[in-house]
Amino acid sequence: MLYAILCYHDEDTVGSWTKEQDAAVMKKLAVVQDKLAKEGRLGPVARLLPTTAATTLRKDDPPLVIDGPYAETKEQLLGFYVVDCNNLDDALDVARDLAAANPGGAYEIRPVGVLNPGRVAT
Amino acid sequence: MTDTAWIDAALTSARPQAVGALLRYFRNLDTAEEAFQNACLRALKSWPQNGPPRDPAAWLIMVGRNVAIDEVRRNRKQEPLPEDEAISDLDDAEDALAERLDGSHYRDDILRLLFICCHPDLPATQQIALALRIVSGLTVKQIARAFLVSEAAMEQRITRAKARVADADVPFETPGAVERTERLSAVAAMIYLIFNEGYSASGDTAEIRAPLCEEAIRLARLLLRLFQSEPEIMGLTALLMLQHARALARFDADGAVILLDDQDRSLWNQKMITEGLALIDKAMRHRRSGPYQIQAAIAALHARAAEPDDTDWKQIDLLYGALEVLQPSPVVTLNRAVAVSKVRGPEAALEMIEPLASRLSNYFHFFGVRGAFLMQLGRNEEARVAFDRAIALANTSAEAAHIRMHLDRLMRDSQPRGAKAGK
Repeated sequence: MLYAILCYHDEDTVGSWTKEQDAAVMKKLAVVQDKLAKEGRLGPVARLLPTTAATTLRKDDPPLVIDGPYAETKEQLLGFYVVDCNNLDDALDVARDLAAANPGGAYEIRPVGVLNPGRVAT
Repeated sequence: MTDTAWIDAALTSARPQAVGALLRYFRNLDTAEEAFQNACLRALKSWPQNGPPRDPAAWLIMVGRNVAIDEVRRNRKQEPLPEDEAISDLDDAEDALAERLDGSHYRDDILRLLFICCHPDLPATQQIALALRIVSGLTVKQIARAFLVSEAAMEQRITRAKARVADADVPFETPGAVERTERLSAVAAMIYLIFNEGYSASGDTAEIRAPLCEEAIRLARLLLRLFQSEPEIMGLTALLMLQHARALARFDADGAVILLDDQDRSLWNQKMITEGLALIDKAMRHRRSGPYQIQAAIAALHARAAEPDDTDWKQIDLLYGALEVLQPSPVVTLNRAVAVSKVRGPEAALEMIEPLASRLSNYFHFFGVRGAFLMQLGRNEEARVAFDRAIALANTSAEAAHIRMHLDRLMRDSQPRGAKAGK
């Protein structure tokens, strides 16, 4: 069974880390990640840019674009995509296509800062 | 990360929200600040033992408020004490606070705090000093160091600013929509000023002034969180990040300026560039242009070029043209001329800046740029005159050293051909 582990933290606090503090945390995480990677168990790992860089597409008809992260609590996180796009407009087009196929709810579009594509042994 | 490092980061990030809320209670900057300090002291004692609270800001607000109220009570020993539960019943306070902080109140608290620092009665130097002290929480010593003044002078500047705010009868109510828009641009300008204080530092002071750039970026992010749909605030944040991304490449080991074309681009901070590009991308979608967005777009074109030759100077020329319309200034035209020199050659660029001569007759960069154009045209004698004038007007030793480098090159180039070949 594959499990997704979603990371939550106080963005202000993480943003207040110094470069050294940030690097220290990343180093400790890398130890855990490396072990999993060696065992062929680590799939994609992404560090997202701050929520200030987020845009939300409400899947209404027509879809509504809102600046900022997804802030409602009445829907739940059910999945995610990582798509290579030229720019935000491009990403929104992809999201609109997805929305047309599956209306209702919303997509939060967030640039990925760091991506390790990983590889799960099958 | 150690406990103390985590606590430091949590206190720093909770500060604007906590001081803002305490200011709403006490309506006095000194009292609010002191209450926050006291709360921080308690946090340093309590958090390592009891673990960090779920909402550090709410914890600090509650504790800060109660400590301050207890203090007031102690100072009024002679007077009959108020009912206990009316003041410091912790459970009640926590519930009420949790409720408040879930709402949009925190946004108004932070805004009010920023607006007070940008009070129109305060000169710009006091605005930025006050913001760095109150909102960012830098110590007076840190601020004094960054501004290269004595601690006593900075202390006095901040005290004066606080006194003016107290005299100005600042309203503590929630700012209305109109006031919000008006004051927003003042806050943005103040943040940009803080950034430039750090960014325009010369090589020998760049390192001690760099924290100003970082602090400005943090404040810009904070502001963007409060105004998520404001393209100019996205533009401002992007601009600061894209410029600061080049920090490590801007000076050589001796502190002399390295121009964009000559910078080692592998030293640029790609993480910061990625975020800056994402933000400008987001801002452009609004189709509501503004000076910060245009400047950020220009910085973005530089950031996107892997090599100097890849730079899209044509687009940069167009963007400066747009900036000239929005914010006409000889300095903008001067910057545009650099782009024009790359697109249409130094002759056209020189022609463009000649009309600026009288208005920029005391501006270092004007003569530096003019000298460079003349040098490209092989008009070495005129170039030398322009460079000499630039050195006389240089604001920092790094600027002067940079121009002297050009002069040295002129000297070499004007040696007889035979001597050059023999080198």
